[in-house]
Amino acid sequence: MASVTTDTPIHNNDPAPRAKISQQAIAPWLFLLPAFLFFAVYVIIPIFQSFYISAYEWNGLYSPEYRAVAGSEMTDLECTELGNRAARTEGCEPTGENVWTGEYVGFENYRNLWTDPFFWTSLKNNVLWLLLYFLAIPGGLFISLFLNQKVFGMRLYKSLFFFPFVLSQVVVGLVFSWFYLPNEGLLNEVLSWFNGPRTNILGSNDYATYGIIAAGLWPQTAYCMILYLTGLNAVDPEQIEAARLDGAKGPKMLWYVVLPQLWPATFIAIVVTVIGALRSFDLITIMTNGGPGFYNTSVLAFYMYDVALSEFGFRMGYGSAIAVILFLIMMVYIAGFLWKMWRDEKG
Amino acid sequence: MFPRPIEQYNPGARVAYQAVLPVVLLLWLIPLLAVMWFSIKPGEDFTTGNYWGWPENGFQGIANYMTVFTQSAMPQYLWNSVIITVPTMFGAVALSCMTGFALGVYRFKGNLLIFFMFVAGNFVPFQILMVPVRDLTDQMGLYDTRLGLILFHVAFQTGFCTLFMRNFIRALPRALIEAARVEGISEWRIFWFVVLPLMKPAIAALCVLIFTFIWNDFFWAVVLTQSPESQPVTAGITAFNGQYRAMYHLMSAGSIVAAIPPVAMFFLMQKHFIAGLTLGAVK
Repeated sequence: MASVTTDTPIHNNDPAPRAKISQQAIAPWLFLLPAFLFFAVYVIIPIFQSFYISAYEWNGLYSPEYRAVAGSEMTDLECTELGNRAARTEGCEPTGENVWTGEYVGFENYRNLWTDPFFWTSLKNNVLWLLLYFLAIPGGLFISLFLNQKVFGMRLYKSLFFFPFVLSQVVVGLVFSWFYLPNEGLLNEVLSWFNGPRTNILGSNDYATYGIIAAGLWPQTAYCMILYLTGLNAVDPEQIEAARLDGAKGPKMLWYVVLPQLWPATFIAIVVTVIGALRSFDLITIMTNGGPGFYNTSVLAFYMYDVALSEFGFRMGYGSAIAVILFLIMMVYIAGFLWKMWRDEKG
Repeated sequence: MFPRPIEQYNPGARVAYQAVLPVVLLLWLIPLLAVMWFSIKPGEDFTTGNYWGWPENGFQGIANYMTVFTQSAMPQYLWNSVIITVPTMFGAVALSCMTGFALGVYRFKGNLLIFFMFVAGNFVPFQILMVPVRDLTDQMGLYDTRLGLILFHVAFQTGFCTLFMRNFIRALPRALIEAARVEGISEWRIFWFVVLPLMKPAIAALCVLIFTFIWNDFFWAVVLTQSPESQPVTAGITAFNGQYRAMYHLMSAGSIVAAIPPVAMFFLMQKHFIAGLTLGAVK
């Protein structure tokens, strides 16, 4: 580091003003405080609570707490143990407080998951989503290479190609489910031109998940495309020219010269694609609601929601156990991301 | 530039490229064109099975849109979306300006740890938060209210915004802040008068992004709300789905209306939007 010399000597032994120092020490914490409180209450603490609840069986309810009426022959403990029956028992009265109704079951929820076929279907579909969603990355790269030209109206073309990403997944899901309609869908219309068989994609056990993933790939590819377009802008033109003089072109140029320079874009594309794949909930809910049959297109995110807020009674404990598994899968990626950030920070 | 600029090819290739471009775009946007097509067709077409063909009794113009606005709960849903999205946008951006400043400017023990906590929290699956957040919202008496959704969204989005803001502030010239300190300006005033004005591009980028994310949110809308009085438009369209089973012409008009605000936001603030999406990592 270059040292700065000035005409006025710097008085090293001048104590820095005390107020200034403490202000600099306290300021960051004051700036962090409001956001930290919010984040702790709504994100950090709930993560631990979910782990906790996953060891319980809980229907999401609280029940009134009872205590013994003074002078009766009941004891507080007896009234508490009666639970809701205490309301009809003489000698017990409500305290006005509500108590959590969760029942400790240890690892029971996880043991049940192990033998739950719907859990395994969901997990299998999650793997499918993760694998196939990666098609968005080469797909986005391909489109971005196609669009990386300077012709009239290119800016508008680029924005229109990006369009699907701005749409809500709900809208994307609706549109694609019309596209796949068993009889009148455009897909079948087109297939019939080629004398293809009519198919009911979303009603088929074999194809429904692929149909939903294809719908998800549409906006995701647009996202990856925009990442690569921005990346291509920053590619060093001199390196490209130099490589061109050396006779590199086409796929070789792409692989050895361009792609290495696009690594930051690829990295972000991988991160958002993994997260997008594991968060796939909207499309499944809209397009098949988990069907056909029982949970054939379900993924963990969907199964968790469906179990926890089931029409047949809430199973918050079991749902939390599924959420914990999903969280642990995601944690692998989060840890990887943090590790890379940490390395970048250290330089 | 890669691939080689099209001007360097022969004129034939150039014309071919310019001709292929709109065709590819149309193919890419077929799903979108389909909704637009549906939204101007009369309802009878769908009962007679004429889904994709030319309407027999002519187009509807904006009639379907009028029906959506006057005979459904759509206006209420749209309004709810606005009421949820705009405060969330301001809340999350305001909070993250402060966290970004704290984590980007000061060197203190635990800085990186707190930063990583925000980053990690931003990536967790929603489901791990669902049961406790729903319970908490219920306990506060905010279940099925727009405020309940806003509070959660502000908290959750602060993670992503902090990641973005902190990296942005990190890239600002430090000398500016040092100079202000030498002048004896208080930390709060450095934040307000020196750093905040420089953060305008980042603030704009986050505003459009958060607006789009929250407007399009579906999961939390169905977890934390259930009535038309508080549900945003994403959850509203599906309710619509039940109300008019197979009323494709109305559903498609509704979908387009629901999609307009984020789309408008994107086209108006494109540059900022893209800067935000690349997480500032790709310049």
